[in-house]
Amino acid sequence: MSLAHDARIAVRPAAGAQRPARTWPEVNNPAAWVVAAVLLIMPLIANGFFLIEIFATTLILGTMALSLMFLAGYGGTVSLMQLTIAGFSAYMVAVFGVSGNANISLGWPWWLAVPMALALATAFGTLGGALAVRTEGIYTIMITLAIGAAFYYFTNQNWAIFNGHTGINNVATPHFWGVNWRADIPFYYVVLATAALCYFAVEYLSRAPFGLALQGVRDNPRRMAALGFNVNAHRVAAYAFASFVAALAGVLQVWNYRQISPGSVSVGACIDVLIIAVVGGITRPIGPFIGALIFVLLRTFALDFLVRLGLDGNRFRLLIGLGFLAIVFWSSDGVIGLWQRWRQHQRRDVSRSGGGHRHG
Amino acid sequence: MSRFVERHPAWALITIIAIAVVLWLIFAVWPPGLEEAIGRKRVFLNAVFNGITLGGLYFLVASGFTLIFGLMRNVNLAHGSLYLFGGYVGYAISTSTGSWLLSFIVAFILTALVGVLLQVIVFRRMEGQDLRQTMVTIGLSIVFADLMLWACGGDFYQIQTPSWLIGPVDLPLITAVKSSGEPVYLRYPLVRLVIFAASVVIGVAMWLALNRTRVGMIIRAGVDDRDILAATGVRIQLVFVLVFAFGAGLAGIAGVVGGTFQSLSPGEDIRFLLASLVVVIVGGMGSIPGAALGALIIGLAEQLGSVYIPTYAIVVTFLIMVLVLAIRPQGLLARR
Repeated sequence: MSLAHDARIAVRPAAGAQRPARTWPEVNNPAAWVVAAVLLIMPLIANGFFLIEIFATTLILGTMALSLMFLAGYGGTVSLMQLTIAGFSAYMVAVFGVSGNANISLGWPWWLAVPMALALATAFGTLGGALAVRTEGIYTIMITLAIGAAFYYFTNQNWAIFNGHTGINNVATPHFWGVNWRADIPFYYVVLATAALCYFAVEYLSRAPFGLALQGVRDNPRRMAALGFNVNAHRVAAYAFASFVAALAGVLQVWNYRQISPGSVSVGACIDVLIIAVVGGITRPIGPFIGALIFVLLRTFALDFLVRLGLDGNRFRLLIGLGFLAIVFWSSDGVIGLWQRWRQHQRRDVSRSGGGHRHG
Repeated sequence: MSRFVERHPAWALITIIAIAVVLWLIFAVWPPGLEEAIGRKRVFLNAVFNGITLGGLYFLVASGFTLIFGLMRNVNLAHGSLYLFGGYVGYAISTSTGSWLLSFIVAFILTALVGVLLQVIVFRRMEGQDLRQTMVTIGLSIVFADLMLWACGGDFYQIQTPSWLIGPVDLPLITAVKSSGEPVYLRYPLVRLVIFAASVVIGVAMWLALNRTRVGMIIRAGVDDRDILAATGVRIQLVFVLVFAFGAGLAGIAGVVGGTFQSLSPGEDIRFLLASLVVVIVGGMGSIPGAALGALIIGLAEQLGSVYIPTYAIVVTFLIMVLVLAIRPQGLLARR
């Protein structure tokens, strides 16, 4: 019981930040419009390297972390297997579609292979979720971590489907209507569209009856059960939705790198997704994307940065780990929480100085 | 035991038959037909012994993990890092002084100190916030892994087995009968048997300490309800620190054992973290006998699996975990 209690404390800011009216929240927010416009015209600003290596990668990782955020923020269950689901979907695209390993790939066209991969990965994630909901809180973390690690070792050992530790290379990317969809600019828009779709789907679901019931389950499962809600069914449904989102990100990832190997589904990578979500903040869907941007920027530039400071460039993971520790120590709500606290602080200062004037 | 037989006569019968079959497989001389079907008896016996001794190692890692969890509700995902740290310390000591036993003592003390620091500096500040503590341990495991990679590099290290433990011994188990009628006995490395015996001794000592001493009584009371325990005037923070130090120290000892059995390299921390997770999920969180049973099951499954179905060995382990979760989500020997 104490576990559920703890999860509630950890995510209470979400309930506090709940908007009063159920409208599209970003409509009146000029900053959101600016960000959307910048994202849309990004190919004009950024060249190929930044467009794909930074922004497309950020959006893909952000979508994976978004699926974790949905489970953790609204469902109260922290799942470490979201990357595993994405990796499974990526493997399925490579296995059913066309790749350099002709003895393994079945050579289906992408419009058959992708739905198949999405369906299988969603089923995989839902099954894993059905196992995980039998437990609560930190037990869930352990079980999903164990599932992720088991999948990693399995892909390393299995040669018939997953091609062992070399993985599957030269995965074909879609090519139709005369457009090569893996070329930088079209691919960026595909990724952007998918990420936006997932983002708004999560936004919508969080205010739909299902999402509200899910948040009720997060806050007090006993009470929801007494009210006649099927607690476990809600949780499994949340896993199913999150798995679908993660599977979409997995398809994009395999198209991005054109290969998939056990290294991409390692335990460290699973934990990276958690780090991204937590650093960004798990109470709002925008958090994972902010976290992913920070993570990708650090991963890409930490080496140069550390070398310039006269330190060993290989200590990138140390930097990530320390940053993660700092965030967990000082803000339970990631970067968003820090930002909100700073804003409130500012506002209080302003109102206090204003009040002082009136009295003076 | 008799209650179990009364309540589940069918299961009891199946268990007894299974135990009898296993004992027969271990002690009897295999008929030729069986050897043709599943291979030589020596291979089977070696796999069983490897599994049991590996289970001993898993028990050392997992018992500290489960003890810490049972009392403090703190899933210490940095436990694998403590294991690897203990291993590296043991390697440094045994190469510089040449003493194998000293490396155990130093590894225990140093990892216990790390445990004390963790408990005092980190976990005491966020008591009762399980999820946050778990996140912190994830962050710590990343930092530790990178620091150890920095200090020790990516090489493989193996701790030298002391000369008085090198070499195999003959066990009174017949693996085959020569055509001259002379029995062939199983030869098995002495060091693994000694380490297994030591882990059994540690396990029994822990069980006795938990069930027969005053400190053990306090710890068991803390597992059940730490608030009431604190209210009765026990200095619970001191108990927490001691238990954390002991659990971490066990991980350090296990690191030395693992460094002697196998080898030390980056990535071993995650492997043993995963092993202890699966062991305690199967055995039941917070239960020492559960950790022992889980370690035995997982060790045997891993070794027998890697001999008889090499490609799917890891899946067997995983399937056991899934099966336990489906039938008894709280673990085989948990009380809840």
